[in-house]
Amino acid sequence: MSRSQAPADQGPAAPAKAPPLLRAEGLVKTHHGEGAPARAVRGVDLTVSRGEFVAVTGPSGAGKSTLLHLLGGLQKPDAGSIWFDGTRLDSYGESQWAVLRRRRIGIVFQFFNLVSNLTVADNVELPALLAGSSPKGARADRAELLAELGLEGKERSMPGELSGGEQQRVALARALVNHPDLLLADEPAGSLDSRGTREVLRLLSRFHGRGQTIVLVTHDARMASAADRVISFFDGRIADDAALDADGPGPRRRGKGVAGVLELKD
Amino acid sequence: MRLPLLALLAAGPAHGYELKGALEKLLGAAYPQPNVGQIYVTLGRLEKSGLIQGEDVAQSARPNKRIYRLTDAGREAVRAWFEEPTDEPRVRDEFFMKLAIAPQTGLADQITLINKQRRQYLNTMRELSRLAAAEDRDNRVAQLLIEGAMLHLQADLDWLERCQEELE
Repeated sequence: MSRSQAPADQGPAAPAKAPPLLRAEGLVKTHHGEGAPARAVRGVDLTVSRGEFVAVTGPSGAGKSTLLHLLGGLQKPDAGSIWFDGTRLDSYGESQWAVLRRRRIGIVFQFFNLVSNLTVADNVELPALLAGSSPKGARADRAELLAELGLEGKERSMPGELSGGEQQRVALARALVNHPDLLLADEPAGSLDSRGTREVLRLLSRFHGRGQTIVLVTHDARMASAADRVISFFDGRIADDAALDADGPGPRRRGKGVAGVLELKD
Repeated sequence: MRLPLLALLAAGPAHGYELKGALEKLLGAAYPQPNVGQIYVTLGRLEKSGLIQGEDVAQSARPNKRIYRLTDAGREAVRAWFEEPTDEPRVRDEFFMKLAIAPQTGLADQITLINKQRRQYLNTMRELSRLAAAEDRDNRVAQLLIEGAMLHLQADLDWLERCQEELE
């Protein structure tokens, strides 16, 4: 639909440049459960450039989580193609996707999905070891990330002993330990209180500030508004794809904007 | 502005500039501050209606300043203000009218209107997040003001979502 081409793709004269990090074309996915088949994703084209922070919002049941699962290879589309860093993934089987997720695509989920009988440290180190890090390197990366995420001293804790917000930070550390090109986040604050939500949002913004590419699915407009670009997803399709104002004072928009919203009336 | 100024005077007599400072301190930098002229005009009206009483105080080397104190009638007015529940915020009626009338005019598409409005709200939400980050963490009143604005905007966005679901 509209604006499916990232700005970097424009300009025919540009010499051979890096492909977009992620590209999807014609994605379709229908769920066959009880009752009528549910058409969760109905023809989606999407391009995400390196370093972009894209939020996907929409009502529950609009198919936005399904879209994210397709982009992470957790579900297979019925039709359409996905390219990751220029490589077409149509023929990828589950094990190839698993390797891709281990090395290049990190994912965080609403319910954290930590391994409950492993310590915090082991939850974070495990994917590093699986990806071929030395035990020493995995330990060092884990220590650095946990410190960064304010989880020092929790290394030996079990996930069940942590608050929701802390568990989500552990999940974030696990997703980022292998320095993935792409971070997919599926309602990462969906089961957190407002403090936990702010914390996750602050961390996503910080990693994005350092160049992390992020695709975030959320129904929370506050989270979505931290992104560079917000895709509104309705009924399995992209209804709007909007670049938000850059940080800083920004161009004055029509209307009173933020002042009008905050002003107390007599 | 009338009743907040009256209520500030319940704490004790003050002049216009002090009231402006008190408002700024209370509500934080995020709140669009009334200019001091507006405050003086309002104080003049309040005095005329007998809710406050002004008294000129001579200052050396500067013009007199006028100090205002609450009258009994003014104190009653503040009490009544606190007593009354406050009106609900209104649905954004101008946008609603555009949305309702658009199909008959053939001049605008409802979904396009919704998308445009959503972009506006999202950008405002982004500015509010920035304000919240810039505002003093410990100014709880100011933080609550911004958070209230964000929750209202979230509700407006939810409502746009409902419109889109119904109309698409």
